[in-house]
Amino acid sequence: MRSNKIYQEKKKVKIMGMNSIEKILAHHSKEKAVRPGQIVEASIDLVMTNDATTALTCDIFKDQIKAEKVWDASKVIMVIDHYTPSNSVESAEYHKRMRAFAAEQNLLYSYEGHGICHQLMLENHVVPGQLVIGADSHTCTYGALGALSTGMGSTDIAVSWVEGKLWFKVPETIKIVLNGKLHSGVYPKDVILRIIGDLTAKGATYKALEFTGELITDLSVDSRATLTNMVVEAGAKFGYIAPDEKTLNYVKERGRKPLEIVKSDDDAEYEKVITYDVSDLAPQIASPHSVDNVNPINEFTGLKVDEIFLGACTNGRLEDLEIAAGILKGRKVNSDVRFLVTPASKDVYQKALDTGLLRTLLDAGAFINHPSCSTCFGATQGVLASGERLLSTANRNFMGRVGSAQSEIYLGSPATIAASAIYGKITDPREVI
Amino acid sequence: MITGKAIKFGDNVDTDQIIGAEYLTLPTIEDMVKFTFKNHKNFTDNYQQGDIIVGGHNFGCGSSREQAAAVLKKTGVGAIIAKSFARIFFRNAINLGLMVLECKETDRISNLDQFQLYPQSGKIQNLTKNQSYETIALPPYVKSILDAGGIINYMRTQTNSG
Repeated sequence: MRSNKIYQEKKKVKIMGMNSIEKILAHHSKEKAVRPGQIVEASIDLVMTNDATTALTCDIFKDQIKAEKVWDASKVIMVIDHYTPSNSVESAEYHKRMRAFAAEQNLLYSYEGHGICHQLMLENHVVPGQLVIGADSHTCTYGALGALSTGMGSTDIAVSWVEGKLWFKVPETIKIVLNGKLHSGVYPKDVILRIIGDLTAKGATYKALEFTGELITDLSVDSRATLTNMVVEAGAKFGYIAPDEKTLNYVKERGRKPLEIVKSDDDAEYEKVITYDVSDLAPQIASPHSVDNVNPINEFTGLKVDEIFLGACTNGRLEDLEIAAGILKGRKVNSDVRFLVTPASKDVYQKALDTGLLRTLLDAGAFINHPSCSTCFGATQGVLASGERLLSTANRNFMGRVGSAQSEIYLGSPATIAASAIYGKITDPREVI
Repeated sequence: MITGKAIKFGDNVDTDQIIGAEYLTLPTIEDMVKFTFKNHKNFTDNYQQGDIIVGGHNFGCGSSREQAAAVLKKTGVGAIIAKSFARIFFRNAINLGLMVLECKETDRISNLDQFQLYPQSGKIQNLTKNQSYETIALPPYVKSILDAGGIINYMRTQTNSG
């Protein structure tokens, strides 16, 4: 395979002692070796933008840089997912501008109604070894496929549209080793919440997190994406999982080939290594108003909730819907709670339709929304009134993120939210499965 | 030299708090400015153009929305001083030419303290308390972007000189 050959050739010239993150940055900046703290100019494989910020990027691109054409119309990907279908005249005008820009630039990939940008990037675009940026903080998700990816603001994105490259500071890397097997009713969401609780919201600022260990080997790509999706909640720039057979199958099944299979050297350096045994981990809850405010579920059981959300780029994938449907099959959602389900993509939606998952969730009493960012973004579906409490599979519980500044957001796993939907109160999923 | 008073915040000020999701599709940054920190009474009551935002750790965490740095720039914030900044917000601020300074001593600063700030040396003078604080120097490349007034101006200077 071509990609392996490139890797071996580089190894012959003795690039030793680098971890995967450093290697991908080195290969994209044509440096033989890079070290944490170094600033490099790196070429970008893909640039993703969505409807939270694209119009601002277009303004900068045209009015400030005075650019005419993006550097590569096949590498600039645009997704309408945050305010879709247009929920106000402002967003309708915004979407109109985005469509016009995509048409004018002949962008090869411009999505609307297909789902959340990050899920579409996983399903359709990203391959191992790439360096990808996106105008969204959860762009870090694609590390689940062995790529380096991170969020950028509009000005950086506009510059990358013109030049196809950008400056990066090589981050220090924290290695997180996850050993053991998860107890029934405990999921990767609980693992990443615990890690963020321990690292704190600032604990990995400007750093990369590399996940490894026997749990990672056991996890599907969907589950791995739940881990990498949330690294930014600890401030991290990249989340990374070395590609393996599952990764390669994921991209192969979708008709793609890796750019490069990168593995950390045995003598690679890490800022620190944190090891967990996940075997005795309980379901975890992040409580208002900070994602690092994490405690075991027993501290919250019985707390009444008004709304429950299953979805987002964290947990809106097929296996998340399967977990929830598995718990809710033959049961009913409590009549005092609104249970909103938003598949992360059209592909997830169709598969959930074909396999009967949506029927199960509908029968239980769910509202099924079209694939989008939905309640997580707090601009469209399921906005909260003052005094209301939301339990969500999303990745953020910031004050006022989903409507009123006097509302509260709790975060948990798909199993936790499904169990809680039955009672209208926070419920330990281990009690219902 | 920048002069202004401190508008003080705690740790983990997220970009949703700076500008909410419901305002991001407004046509221009000018249209969004009036919603800056709309749920923070200290800001809405006390902020005047040129004032200095003082934060704790992880200022600007969360969403990558550049509108957060842009509305602060547009309201004329003199500088933001914090113990640490979230990565994307930090880049956005530098790219827009909005002064961001890391200072480990922000606990010594009280709300509404008067300041003088010297951008080149990074020295901060608290006139109310008669204290001075050191800030952490930016990497030279990053500082050159800030000095140029942002990345777009920096690109222009690079093109013109080379």
